[in-house]
Amino acid sequence: MMRMTYSAAMPANAVNWVAVWRRNYLAWRKIALASLLGNLADPMTNLLGLGFGLGLIVGRVNGTSYVDFLVGGMVATSAMTSASFETIYATFARMHTQRTWEAMLCTQLTLGDILLGEVAWAASKAVLAGTGITIVAAGMGYAAWPSMLYALPAIALTGFVFASLAMVIVSLAPSYDYFVFYQTLVLTPMVFLCGAVFPISQLPAALQIVAGMLPLEHSIELIRPAMLGRPAASVGIHIGALCIYAVLPFLLSVALLLRRLMR
Amino acid sequence: MSSVAIDVAAVHKSYRGKVVVNGLTFSVAAGECFGLLGPNGAGKSTIVRMILGMVPPDSGKIAVLGQQVPVQARLARAGVGVVPQFDNLENEFTVRENLLVFGRYFGLSAREIEAVTPSLLDFARLEIKADTRVSELSGGMKRRLVLARALINDPQLLVMDEPTTGLDPHARHLIWERLRSLLARGKTILLTTHFMEEAERLCDRLCVLEEGRKIAEGEPHGLINEQIGCDVMEIYGGNPQESIELIRPYAQRIEQSGETIFCYAPDLEQVRKQLRGRAGLRLLERPPNLEDVFLRLTGREIEI
Repeated sequence: MMRMTYSAAMPANAVNWVAVWRRNYLAWRKIALASLLGNLADPMTNLLGLGFGLGLIVGRVNGTSYVDFLVGGMVATSAMTSASFETIYATFARMHTQRTWEAMLCTQLTLGDILLGEVAWAASKAVLAGTGITIVAAGMGYAAWPSMLYALPAIALTGFVFASLAMVIVSLAPSYDYFVFYQTLVLTPMVFLCGAVFPISQLPAALQIVAGMLPLEHSIELIRPAMLGRPAASVGIHIGALCIYAVLPFLLSVALLLRRLMR
Repeated sequence: MSSVAIDVAAVHKSYRGKVVVNGLTFSVAAGECFGLLGPNGAGKSTIVRMILGMVPPDSGKIAVLGQQVPVQARLARAGVGVVPQFDNLENEFTVRENLLVFGRYFGLSAREIEAVTPSLLDFARLEIKADTRVSELSGGMKRRLVLARALINDPQLLVMDEPTTGLDPHARHLIWERLRSLLARGKTILLTTHFMEEAERLCDRLCVLEEGRKIAEGEPHGLINEQIGCDVMEIYGGNPQESIELIRPYAQRIEQSGETIFCYAPDLEQVRKQLRGRAGLRLLERPPNLEDVFLRLTGREIEI
């Protein structure tokens, strides 16, 4: 049995993926305004609703106001959801119903080029959503200038991580119906486990250990201090963990999609 | 450049124990139009996907433009234009944007793409539709855009999977005319089709497939002469068994398919005489075509 070699399916070079990214950018530009509003509305509602509503009851958290505390969590969460949803819905459609990948595979792009372009695109949407909230929060005085700029690379990395993870789900899901499980059983619990809305120290010890292994926790540990204007701890570990979460699922999704699409 | 554009040697492919391509061997010379002719399920699309490096064969060898496939498929595809069976255009993009986006997949710059766009639009007769969204084009226009898109990398070889399926006759003739102009420009074409007429009109050589096997290969008219070699009468209506008994002594060969009798005879006038005066019969005399070849080789008509 002759198999498609994994090496031949990997990204062919450092620039091929850009063509895929630009295709998605062109498609997005046609609906940019609606997409921006849609992307920002949900996290802003959470931030303001929880921040002001719950903030009144909660009082101060870790030496800061609850809204200030929440900003970092919401920025990381919005980067996560934005990259995840772009991948599981829009990317899946391009693979499945729209036949976009089928056309791409007739060119000199490899499967890896296509996936890298898609992941980079989803990460770009995460950056857009994350910076959007950062800017609004900064305008309202809830994000520290200029240290919030340090959050930008962390937001981008978060986008890559969750796009890669979602790509694994895309490569396994037979249809759209399966994505809701990923959303409800993986993404939503992660928001509560990883300290987005309350400090991890509130969790039982066992769950704190679980949280420490989840990617969103590492994102928040990088983004929140930047938003609060505090020094971040163990930056190397967080970046390293996120890089692992970005690269390994990406490689896995190339292998899985190779088996799914090219046999 | 080698004079062989595609070389397929002893290729096998099965899916879950079902054999789809069974020891297939053929080669396509540079500059010719080669057809893979067969009913749905004959393995045509699988062969195309293997040639493009999207599916690995279980065994056998494939070379496209001198590159081993699937290992070097990416290099091979750089010189190939593909017209897929189903339109996979960007419906929300304009005609021009479709060419731009697709050209970029080949690493072309926007300037290079803009330089060739007018000639591609002219080729596809879509000049006035350049800024129209694809979702507003007719089926024939979309097909011509797919064809123009396949030319963006100036390929030597075009691989087309059922290029005119689903088109009305007018649109189909326009595509055929465009394909002939490509052949005149020296391009090589591999096409799959279940239209006998398409194969007969376009192909220099073809290979007839059934259930993943090659059952005949040659020039269309050569195949027709070799396999049939005489005129045909189609007989509809009446009692088929009775008609067959009457004409049997005069026929070289008789095939029955559904309610139609195909009578192959050197002297059809004799056949006509036998049937004269019988009620409810309709007779159609015609030269033999590839449909007859297929019927002869498989014992059944091609099913669309």
